[in-house]
Amino acid sequence: MINKKIFQQTEFYLLGIIIVLSFFLTLVNPKFLTLENWFDMLRSNTFLGILALGELVVLISGGIDVSFTATATIAQYIMGLIITTYYIDNVLVAFLIPIPIGIALGAINGILVYYTKAHPVIITISTLNAFFGFLMFFSGGKWIYNFPPSFRNFSRVQLFSLTNPQGVKYGFSIFILIWIILAIFTWVILKYFPIGRKIYAMGGNMEAARRAGFNIFRVQLFVYCFMGALAGLASFVHASLNQMIQPNSLVGGELDVLAAVILGGASVFGGSGSALGAFLGVLLIAIIKNGLILMKASAYWHEVIMGAIIVVAAGISAYQRKSQAKREGEILVQ
Amino acid sequence: MSQKIEEDQKKPYLVLQNASKRYGGVVALDGVDLTILPGEVHGLVGENGSGKSTLVKIITGVVRPEKGAKVEISGQKVEIANPFDAFRLGIYVVHQDLSLFPNLSVAENIFSHRYLEKAQKLVNWKEIKAEATRVMDKLGVDIDPEIEVSRLSVADQQLVAISRAIAVDARFIILDEPTSSLTRKEVIRLFAFIRELKARNISILFISHRLDEVLEISDRITVLRDGKKVGTFQREEVDKKRLSFLMTGKEISSRPVEAGAYPREEEILRVENLTKKGHYEKISFSLYQGEILGLIGPRGSGRTELALTLFGLNPPDEGKIYFEGKPQVISSNQVAIGLGIGYVPENRLVQGLVLDHSVENNLVITVLDQIINGMGLIDFQKKRSVAEKAVQEFNIKTESMEAPVKNLSGGNQQKVVLAKWILTSPHLLILDTPTHGVDVAAKESIYQSIRELSQKNLSLIFISDEETEVLNNCDRILVMKNGQIIREFSPAEVSEEELRKIILE
Repeated sequence: MINKKIFQQTEFYLLGIIIVLSFFLTLVNPKFLTLENWFDMLRSNTFLGILALGELVVLISGGIDVSFTATATIAQYIMGLIITTYYIDNVLVAFLIPIPIGIALGAINGILVYYTKAHPVIITISTLNAFFGFLMFFSGGKWIYNFPPSFRNFSRVQLFSLTNPQGVKYGFSIFILIWIILAIFTWVILKYFPIGRKIYAMGGNMEAARRAGFNIFRVQLFVYCFMGALAGLASFVHASLNQMIQPNSLVGGELDVLAAVILGGASVFGGSGSALGAFLGVLLIAIIKNGLILMKASAYWHEVIMGAIIVVAAGISAYQRKSQAKREGEILVQ
Repeated sequence: MSQKIEEDQKKPYLVLQNASKRYGGVVALDGVDLTILPGEVHGLVGENGSGKSTLVKIITGVVRPEKGAKVEISGQKVEIANPFDAFRLGIYVVHQDLSLFPNLSVAENIFSHRYLEKAQKLVNWKEIKAEATRVMDKLGVDIDPEIEVSRLSVADQQLVAISRAIAVDARFIILDEPTSSLTRKEVIRLFAFIRELKARNISILFISHRLDEVLEISDRITVLRDGKKVGTFQREEVDKKRLSFLMTGKEISSRPVEAGAYPREEEILRVENLTKKGHYEKISFSLYQGEILGLIGPRGSGRTELALTLFGLNPPDEGKIYFEGKPQVISSNQVAIGLGIGYVPENRLVQGLVLDHSVENNLVITVLDQIINGMGLIDFQKKRSVAEKAVQEFNIKTESMEAPVKNLSGGNQQKVVLAKWILTSPHLLILDTPTHGVDVAAKESIYQSIRELSQKNLSLIFISDEETEVLNNCDRILVMKNGQIIREFSPAEVSEEELRKIILE
């Protein structure tokens, strides 16, 4: 019974693909299957991974958010301005600045989605452009660097470190830990908090959720604010990893996040998806990218592959929906 | 007499007095009274637009009645100002669409109201499962509580929806068209379940177009017509004919087709050994010009799948189709339309019409290439005249050609779909349960149109759930079951009861 359930789940297949792919990549380049490569791979995908958790929650609710890159950029830019202008040499303060900014921008999305009743993809494309336009106007596109030492040092914090045979030190970055904690946090919210169950319910049948008396506005507001909060958090990680804030470096990267979440089993129709799936989805994309680098493929191939992944993953999910409807004895006629 | 005394002793659960509702200038409900006794199944019937849904909306607090209405629950005067009031008073509606969460488990669906509680506790999955199992056991429902609702049949989903009502301690459950997508077997099971609820002193309001079923399950029946209450009757006081009369105010006569009246001359369609794995197998039959061929069988018997094959939307694995004497491969619906085959789908609202568009636009959608001018653009005068002719011919009641189709009554919508296909001057028209969810009077006018079409030498395949309508309207009847045609009759050879038995067996 339990075994059967496991076989039906996307996560199971994802794990299978990850193992097979890892095996082949190791054959091509033995360097792939080293702790050093994996720690590095995970660390550099933390930004993507945290955003994916936020997008996951929005997709489950039946919505979609593509404005998070702009949200993240604004959050990190304001943080950068504050800590460099006032020279605040305290990581905790830096960490806490972008989150409320993200929540505020997320709230704008949530309110617009609820009150305009327009499709969230339209709303968030609009806010993506509006947010980004504001930022470019006020920042003039200027970069921020020269952060206080505590901010610089934080990016080098490792839980434990090792030395490879060539004598180079590497380790398990604090950012990976942040990512994993957030994944577990998201999982707990979705599985054990009433708000999490309401998100699933609403994504499954909006009208039924309304009739059951769920406060749709509150759920939608939560969902977009959660995305905003994680975008803020991710932007801190990104700024810390790169030690530089460029207003135009994040916008345009929405597709990677969507690809990872859809690959992880979230449906664009709402109602399904899991934190583990989103984590594995990011991992698979990270491995594909890493593999392309190890195989020395051109960077443009990354974009082609991301596009292909979305088409395939979304196509499979739509196909499953259709065959399920067929099983129930309905025939879909175009 | 003794029964009457017994009922007088029962204190009514709900008493609604003088409920009226006006929308703008239109009176939707006019001074209606309704009394619901504890543990009774109360049938509610009326044509579309007779005020049934307005009445339900008032009882459930979705709309407020006009001044002067009075509601009592168990003898206490109450106000039902919003759906939550109704919910707290123990009133629960199971909507026609069931309003379940398809992506959640059975247990969680039954339990979902708990998420509304103010104290936000963490979800205890063991408790959810235990509670759902307890509710279902109590009602004798045997469904795995951990299975996802989307994997259940509609009938099982319905039991889940009703179990949910019991989980919130509903005292009065309103079932809105609960049988519309069930097979006869499933209906029998649902009725057993309803009797179980009755035994627990739960009251049921059973709303349905299917008068046979209303008569089968109800203790008392309330009839509405044009927003007014015609009366509440004991089950014994009425029969189907009487109910139809009370609902419409007209004597509706379904006159059977004369036996053997139909001459079989020119064969228009012949199907030989048609097979599609998992849908149907070894289907062979013929259809003659001007004939109305009834295809009856439970849902899932393969009847719709077969119809879709003839319309080119469900290619067969094996077998031959001869149309007008020539073998044909109907590989797409364009091919079918080209041959002169039309198909009016099962769910007219979803598949047959663009609801927000005008009557005129819906009518001409199948003949766009016939109403163009020399430049290949649409000729609006031609378009209007084609549409007007169709509206006249089919007696479609609409305020104007520009009115959106969704404003029309169900029967008139169905006529628009019919007319739309007739405009293509087909040789064969397949009607998939054309009277599904349509009220008595509208049904009769659809039968009328069908008979007229057959007199114009059009051949029809009439797919149906209802024994009566195929017996009264078809020249020949095929019974389909488990993907096969099991019997063929002429209507004179078989009675309604016999036919029902054969289908159920």
